[in-house]
Amino acid sequence: MVNRNLVGAHYGLGSWMIQRMSAVIMALYTLVVIVVFLVAPPSTHSAWKALFAQGWMRAATLLFLASLLLHAWVGMRDVYMDYVKPIGLRLTFEVATILLLVVYAAWAAQILWRV
Amino acid sequence: MTELTLKKRRPLWYNLSPLNLPLPGLVSIFHRVSGVALFVGVPWLLYLLEASLSSPESFESFKAAVSHPFAKLCLIVLAWSYLHHFCAGIRYLAMDIHWAAELSAARKTGGTVFVVSLILTLIFAVAIW
Repeated sequence: MVNRNLVGAHYGLGSWMIQRMSAVIMALYTLVVIVVFLVAPPSTHSAWKALFAQGWMRAATLLFLASLLLHAWVGMRDVYMDYVKPIGLRLTFEVATILLLVVYAAWAAQILWRV
Repeated sequence: MTELTLKKRRPLWYNLSPLNLPLPGLVSIFHRVSGVALFVGVPWLLYLLEASLSSPESFESFKAAVSHPFAKLCLIVLAWSYLHHFCAGIRYLAMDIHWAAELSAARKTGGTVFVVSLILTLIFAVAIW
């Protein structure tokens, strides 16, 4: 019998796939940003703001940040599963991490949509 | 039991100190440590992004904040974390599709991860200092 527990792994490929897909999205975004900085480094506030005012940049950044937060969740949960053995403490860490990541997501969306 | 196994000295004692890890093991533990460092750095980086974008005044305060030597040091640590995590991550993605997954190739690419990420971090450090 499989001994499943609430704060254990989900015994599937879901997290593994999210980790890989988000990694690929972040890697591509990183290359795009490096190219932007090499071609025309935005050194003034207006140039920096103009960069983020473009629809594609805003969408790409939001996709990057969403990937980052999902990736952080999978990674941090792996860390908790390896080092935080008491179930209650691990659950507390996991819930705190989820809440933080949700707050960061809302904050990031707010930053990008106020540009 | 063959003669070979009888000749082995038992028990075996391995030195499992993190400082004694083989190169691919070092890539792995630094992948983890850098990931946690980046997670911790996220709120500060979001704060800086917000300051840099909100208004011309907050852009100036952003520039002032990141010109402090301690802030630059933190940025360099985060840059190294990102670059190591990035390079090691590309290596793991390659291994997922069975590229460079053999031990000798994995040692070579592990060394490449450290060299490339440290060179890029140096370039970043020179650029912001």
